[in-house]
Amino acid sequence: MLRFILTRVSLVIPTFLGVTFLTFLLIRLVPGDPIEVRVGERGIPPERLLELRHELGLDRPLWQQFLDYIAGVLQGDLGVSLVTRNSVLSEFLTLFPATLELAALAMLFATVVGLPAGIVAAVRRGSVFDHGVMGVSLTGYSMPIFWWGLLLILFFSVGLGWTPVSGRLDLLYYVEPVTGFMLVDTLMAGEYGAFWSALHHLVLPMIVLGTVPLAVVARMTRSAMLEVLGEDYIRTAKAKGLAGKRVIGLHALRNALIPVVTVIGLQVGTLLGGAILTETIFSWPGVGKWLIESINRRDYPALQGGVLLIATTVMAVNLLVDVLYGVLNPRIRHSR
Amino acid sequence: MTIDVQDTLPAASPPVSQPPHPLVEFWYHFRQNKGAMAGLAVILLIAVVALFADVVAPHDPNIQYRDAILVPPVWQEGGRWAFLLGTDDIGRDMLSRLIFGARLSMMIGLIVVTLSLAVGLALGMIAGFFGGVTDALVMRFMDILLSLPSLLLAVVVAAILGPGLVNAMLAVSIVVIPHYARLTRAAVMAEANKDYVVASRVAGAGPLRLMLVVILPNCVAPLIVQATLGFSTAILDAAALGFLGLGAQPPTPEWGTMLASSLQFLQRAPWVVTWPGVAILVTVLAFNLLGDGLRDALDPKLKR
Repeated sequence: MLRFILTRVSLVIPTFLGVTFLTFLLIRLVPGDPIEVRVGERGIPPERLLELRHELGLDRPLWQQFLDYIAGVLQGDLGVSLVTRNSVLSEFLTLFPATLELAALAMLFATVVGLPAGIVAAVRRGSVFDHGVMGVSLTGYSMPIFWWGLLLILFFSVGLGWTPVSGRLDLLYYVEPVTGFMLVDTLMAGEYGAFWSALHHLVLPMIVLGTVPLAVVARMTRSAMLEVLGEDYIRTAKAKGLAGKRVIGLHALRNALIPVVTVIGLQVGTLLGGAILTETIFSWPGVGKWLIESINRRDYPALQGGVLLIATTVMAVNLLVDVLYGVLNPRIRHSR
Repeated sequence: MTIDVQDTLPAASPPVSQPPHPLVEFWYHFRQNKGAMAGLAVILLIAVVALFADVVAPHDPNIQYRDAILVPPVWQEGGRWAFLLGTDDIGRDMLSRLIFGARLSMMIGLIVVTLSLAVGLALGMIAGFFGGVTDALVMRFMDILLSLPSLLLAVVVAAILGPGLVNAMLAVSIVVIPHYARLTRAAVMAEANKDYVVASRVAGAGPLRLMLVVILPNCVAPLIVQATLGFSTAILDAAALGFLGLGAQPPTPEWGTMLASSLQFLQRAPWVVTWPGVAILVTVLAFNLLGDGLRDALDPKLKR
C-alpha cells in the first residue's frame, strides 16, 4: 500500500518541476524587461538598472535563476506583487478560501442534482425523463458559462430581485475572517443575517460554476449505471427476489460510483478554470478574478505565482483521487 | 423499436454476400441518431451562412446607424423591420454582426482543430511508434500541459502573446494538443504490434511509411470524433477569451467579444447580450451532438 502511494507521488514530481519551469519561463517570455515593466514610464538611469538587475539576479545564467526560483518556491517564496507589494503567496491564500467555498458548493450542487438524475435516467432508459436528462446535460455541457451567468443575473437579480448581483456579502455586515469561508465565519460569529446574506450571494455563482460539472456527473452516472445494470450479479440479485430499490441502491450504485467519484475528482481543473469566468461575472473576490486583474495590471509575479499555485492544487487533488482510487479498489493497486 | 429494425434489416437489404461499403454502413448507423442529424443540419446551415456572409447579411457589420441606437428586435415594441434582431449601442445591426461572427467562429474552429490536430497527431505518432525515452519525454510534457486547467492555460498563453484573435487561436490550439497526442498514441500503440504492421515492416517499409500509410488509417475513427468535439471546445474557449478581453478586440464581431463590449447594456437592452450567447450555445451544442453521433456510429463496440 505504502509502495503504491509512494510510486504515485514520485510520478507527480517531474510534472510539478515541469509546471514550475513553465511558470518560471512565463515571466521571461512576456515582452519587456521585468524591471522596465516595474518602473513603468518614469524611466530609470542605466547604471541603476544594471544595479537592480544584479540585485535581483537577472544578470546570472538562466539555469541558476531557475534553481533560485525553485529554491524560493519550495520555501513558499513566490515573489512580490508589483502592484500591492504584498507577498504573492499571502495574497493568494487570502483569496483562495473564497474560490474554494464557491467551487466546493458548485461541486456539491453538481453531485446532489447530477447523481440522482443520472441514476433515474439509467434505470428508466429510453423514457422521456432519460431523454430530458441527456438533452439538458448536453446543453449544460455546451453552455458558454459567462453568458449563462449573465442570463441568470438578468432573470433572478434584475428581474425578480431575489439575489444580489455581485460580491460575497451585503455591505451592512462585517464579519472578521477566521477561516475565510463566509458561510462558516458568519455562523461562528453568530450573525445569522449575515449567513443568510452570504448564502444569497452564493446561489447564482454556484449554479453557474456547477453547470458543466453537473452535466458531466449526470452523463457519467448514467453510463456507469447502465454498464453495471447489465452485469450478471445484478441479474442474480434480481433473480434472488431482491426488491428493485435494493438492487439499484445497494448492488448497482456501489459499483457505478467508482468511475463517478473519479470524474468528480477530475472536475477540479474545470472548476478552477471556470472560476476565472464565474468570479469575473459576479465580482467574486477569489483567485480567478485576481488572476485576470493581474493580467490587466501586468502584475506578472502575481500571475506567475497564482498559476503555479492553481496547477499545484489541481495536481494535488488528482493525486489524491488517484491514491484513493487505488486504496478503494485493490485491482488498480496490484495491476503492475 | 430498435429490435424491429434489427429484425427487418436482413430481409430489407438485397441478398448479396458482399458486406456494404464502410461508409454506407457508417451512414446507416449515423442516420438513425436524430440528435446528430440535427447537429449536422445546424452546422451545415451555419457554414453556408458563414461562407456567404457578404450576401446573406442585411447590413455591413461595422456600419453605425446613428438614428437606430439600441433598437429592440422586430417583435418588440419599437422594433424595426430593417433590424430583425435589433441594434447595439452604436447602432450596428445585430443580425449582420452575428452572421459575420459565424464566419469568425467557424474559422476559429477550423484553424484551431487543424493546428492542434497536426501537432498532436505528430507527437502522438512519434511517442506511440518509437516508445521508450521519446515516449516518456513527449507524454510527460503533455502531462504538464494537462495539469493546468485548460482555460487558465489559454488565458496565460494569451496574456504572454498579447490579446488578439490570432493569439487567442494559438492559445486555444496549444491547450488542446495533449488530447490529440494522447488519443493518437493510444491508437498507435494498440495497432503497432498487429500482424499487418509486422508484415509491412518485414516487407521493408520504413518508419515514415509504417506510421503514415500503414498505421494511421486505422487510427482515424477516434480522431475524427475528437476533432469534431474540438470544434466546440475551440469556439467556446475563444469566445471566453474574447469575453475576458484577451481574444478578438472590438469592433471585431466575434461572439464573445460582442458580449463583453455590450455588458453595460444588459438591463436596458438585453438583446445585445442574449443573441451572441444563443449563437455560441447553438453552434457548440450542434458540434457536440455531431461528435456524439459520430462516436456512436464509428465505435464498433457500440454498433448494434
